[in-house]
Parts: sequence; C-alpha cells; structure tokens
Amino acid sequence: MATVSHEFKRIFVWEAPVRLFHWLNGVCILVLMATGILIGNPPAFMSGAEATNQYWFGITRFIHFATAYIFTLNMVYRVFWSFMGNKYASWKQFFPYNKKGIANTLFVIKDHVMLQNEKVYDFRKNFIGHNPVAAISYSLLFILMILQVVTGFALYADNSTWFLPKMFSWVTALFGGDFNVRFVHHLAMWGFAIFIVIHVYLSMWHDWLEGRGEISSMFGGYKFVRKERVKD
Amino acid sequence: MNTTKERQETYYESIIKSGYSRRDFMKFSAFMAAYLGYETSAIGQIEHALKTTPRLPIIWEHFQECTCCSESFIRTDHPIAADIILDKVSLDYTATLMAASGHQAEAAKHETMEKYKGEYILCVEGSVPMGDDGVYCCIAGKTAEDQLRESAAGAKAIIAWGSCASNGCVQSAHPNPTTATPIHKIIKDKPIINVPGCPPIGEVMAGVVVHVVAFGRLPELDRQGRPKAFYAKRVHDSCYRRPYFDAGLFVEEFDDENAKKGYCLYKVGCKGPSTYNACGTMRWNGGVSYPIQSGHGCFGCSEDNFWDNGPIYERLTNVPGFGIEANADKIGMVATGAVAGAAVAHSIASTISKRKEMRERVVSGKDVEKRVE
Repeated sequence: MATVSHEFKRIFVWEAPVRLFHWLNGVCILVLMATGILIGNPPAFMSGAEATNQYWFGITRFIHFATAYIFTLNMVYRVFWSFMGNKYASWKQFFPYNKKGIANTLFVIKDHVMLQNEKVYDFRKNFIGHNPVAAISYSLLFILMILQVVTGFALYADNSTWFLPKMFSWVTALFGGDFNVRFVHHLAMWGFAIFIVIHVYLSMWHDWLEGRGEISSMFGGYKFVRKERVKD
Repeated sequence: MNTTKERQETYYESIIKSGYSRRDFMKFSAFMAAYLGYETSAIGQIEHALKTTPRLPIIWEHFQECTCCSESFIRTDHPIAADIILDKVSLDYTATLMAASGHQAEAAKHETMEKYKGEYILCVEGSVPMGDDGVYCCIAGKTAEDQLRESAAGAKAIIAWGSCASNGCVQSAHPNPTTATPIHKIIKDKPIINVPGCPPIGEVMAGVVVHVVAFGRLPELDRQGRPKAFYAKRVHDSCYRRPYFDAGLFVEEFDDENAKKGYCLYKVGCKGPSTYNACGTMRWNGGVSYPIQSGHGCFGCSEDNFWDNGPIYERLTNVPGFGIEANADKIGMVATGAVAGAAVAHSIASTISKRKEMRERVVSGKDVEKRVE
C-alpha cells in the first residue's frame, strides 16, 4: 500500500476572475492596513522638515482612500461573479448549512482543527473547492469587509461631495458619532490581521499535508483530484 | 413683561427704542446672514423679517446644567445679537436672567404658555434626570420631566441648547447616576433643534434663533438634529493647523519643539477629526481664538457621549471590558500573536497526528522519483 502512487487528474477550480479577486483583495487589504496603521498613529520621521516641502500624510491618506475604492469595487465584482462563475465560485459555497454541509463542517473541525484522525483515511473528504469551515471563515471575512467599507465611507462622507460616500452618512448617526465609527474601523482592522494569519497558515497546511497544489491553485487555477473521483 | 400689550412690537422697533441706530441694525443683519452662511440677498430678508415680525415669545428652561450655554449666549460678538435675544426676543421665562422670582416667575411662564399656545419657542438648557422619579432636579415643586412636558406641550418648536440638552453631557457619562436624559429622547412630537457643544458658540446660538425668527421655520438639520449651517463640517476640516496634518507634522508632547511651532495636535488626542462644530471658522469670544489655536486639542464637546469617548490626550480609546490601558492596538496585537502561536502549535501537532499519511506520500513520492525517466 505504502509504495502505491495514486493517479491524479488535473481539475480547473478557480476561474480567472476568482483568482484576480483574491490577489487584488489581498493586496488591497495589505495596503489599507499599512496606510491605516500610519494614519492611526503617524510616526514622527519627517518632523525636521518644513511643512511647505512635504505632503506625505496627505499622500498616505490618498492611497488609503483610493485603495478603498478598488477594494469596494473588487468586492462588488466578486459578489457578481458568485452568480456567474462555476460551482466553486458560487455563492452557494458560502452557505454550507444543509445536512451534508454541517456533517462536513464537523468533520473538518474534528480532523483538520482538532487533529482527531478518522479510522480510515478517506480521500473523498479532501474538498475540491473551499472546505466548509474555510467557507464560513470567508463569510465572516466578507462581513468584516462590509463593516470596513460602511464605516470607512461613513468617515469619508464629509470629505466628499460625491453621492457614493454620502450614501453612508447614516452610519455615523447610527453609531452615535464619528468617534465610535473611527474606533470600530480601527478595531476591525485587527480582524483582518487575525484572518491573514489563519488563512495563510491553513493554505500552507493543506498544501503540505495533501500535496495537491493548494497554494499554486490560486495562481494557475488548477488542483488535483484522485482519478477515482472522476467519472469516465 | 410685554405679554399684556395689545400689539407686540417688532424686533426693529425695540432695537431702535433701546438706542441702536439703523446702521447698527443693518450691521447686525449682515452679521447674521454671514454666520448662517447665506449670500448677500439674505441680509435684506433678515432685515425685512426683523422689521415686520412681532417678537417671538420664548420660554427658556434650565434643568441639569451649569449655565455655560447662557454665559456663552450673552457673549455673542455683536451687541445686538445678545440684546435681541435677551431683551428683544421676549424672553418670558428664564430662571437665570428674568426679574421675577418664585410664584411670579411661574405665573409669567404660565401666562406665556396660555397666551401664545402653539407659537412660543421652548429653549431647554440641561438634561432631564429620569431616575428615581426625577427627584434629582425639581423646580417649583415639580420634577424637571413634568416641567419639560408641560412647557413642551404648547411649544411651536424646541431648541435644545448645549450638550446637556442634546446628548446628556457630563451628567449622563458612565455610570449616569441620575439617568440624565437629553430632550429628544423625552419629547417625541415636537420639532427639536439640537445645538450641541459645551457650551455652543454664542454666535451659533444667536444664528439659530435669528433663523427661526427671520424665516419662520427651523434651519436645515442633519440626521442628529443639528443645524447644518454650523455642524456640517468637522473642526478638523476647517482647522488652521490642517496643513501640518497633511504634511505629517505633529506635536508629540505638549512641551516639545513641535508644540511651539504650532503643529497639528492629532497625536496628543485632538478630537477635531471626529467632531462636528463651527469652532474652526467662527471661533470663540468674538473670533479671538478656539481651543486648538490656544494649543490644546479639541476634545469633541459637541459630540454625543464625548465624556466616555476615551482619554482626552490619546488618539485611541480604551476598549470597554478589557481593563484599563487596553486599547484596540494592544488587544489586536495580543489576539494576532495568540492566533499565530496557535498556528505554530497546530503545525507541530499536525506532524505527529498526520505522520502516517505524510509517510505514505513521502514513500510513494520517492518511489516515483526513482522510476522517472
């Protein structure tokens, strides 16, 4: 048994729009976090220079706002694609709340998180798209992203004359003032930091343990499945 | 008391009667139009309205407050601005400034309330304690809540002066022992103008009253019931130190070189970026200065719940429920670190738990390596 090498088939999982969304989203989040941390607590590294000759904080804020627009539009685009794309991109992936989905969720928690191995290794339980726990974590990330978009545009609304940011000015009243909105916006940033740690670690974990191209699939779009799972 | 006269005199008549010239009156009209942010044609409208409108009866209630709103009000920078409201707007009842006292004062108030039912403006300074049946603030034998409901019943509109009346201010800060409550949470059936600030700027107060007088309706309000003319912009966006913010030049400590140079107070806790008020443009004491100009950050006195919104001299507030000195960044760093630690532990545990599967893959992978051409 040990020396048998299994045969695999290449399967197209992540379509180009999904991959593009993923990397653009990742870059946006990193840029927004970096500029956001600078905005929240600007370092004193330019204190010696004259005000006339510099605008670095204004530029940092501009990058933050410009990236926020890309981030938001990218998110809208991903929602659109969840209705257009293949089954691994579908919105249905993010709601694993039927009987089978819940059983799979419990399996992932037991096997992947708590490391309680099944008696017999079942290759059919290597999920091809998102595993259900990952799907739930992306749903949570999506909620976090919406929270950041809503609070971010609410803070931005009064700097702008455009209708889009203005649409979010109700948030300020809901939260009871800019102070609270800003606080939530800042605190939620750490949610992304925690997500990144978990997400990157578990991607590496799957790549390392399952050996079927988990990480490279987000570049090329392909994963590998056991030949037995593919109908002739 | 002017309420017994046959015909109410107009503002203009009473201004002239008290010794101001027409020129002073016109200056005042121009001042007010400018404060309200109107174009020059509004000067004529204000002038016309003040000449033809009979004086507006006002009842001014004082509840849980420190009278700083009244103090601010009587220091508006144009003398008529103070006069018109304190003398010329018939201020039929105000505990601080009226001549009558005791039963006479209450009688005067009730007379106004009956005679001008549905016409008078109710100004409220201070919040209303709702806890313990309202025993914490009683006037003339009645609780503040009863007083408020009684005088609000016949009011045309209510102006909630200051942070106390519009969001509760210091007495509603945690733990709020008297259950101090702002006016808009008690009176639901009247138009209410919130004029927050501790105190609000005198000219803003005068502007609000003149708007009601001159145009016969409330000024345009934002979602929190504040007049847009004065509360649409952040202090930050009209701050004269804003260029230092954009240049990234900040005061690090109050006694450092940057403080002397007048750099931005963002890092020493200025709440200007989250505070809506007209301090940056109108300033205080006749345009002399305002907190930031005097070297102290804004602490957001016109914002809801500002006393509980964290330390005055720090940007990040403490997170409730995490003890003192636990701000969002510290909590975030600890949580992220804990998750990273859990990931490391998980990876080590995985090498043990999943060793059988991994060995299989390694063996079969090496086998293929040998057989490859």
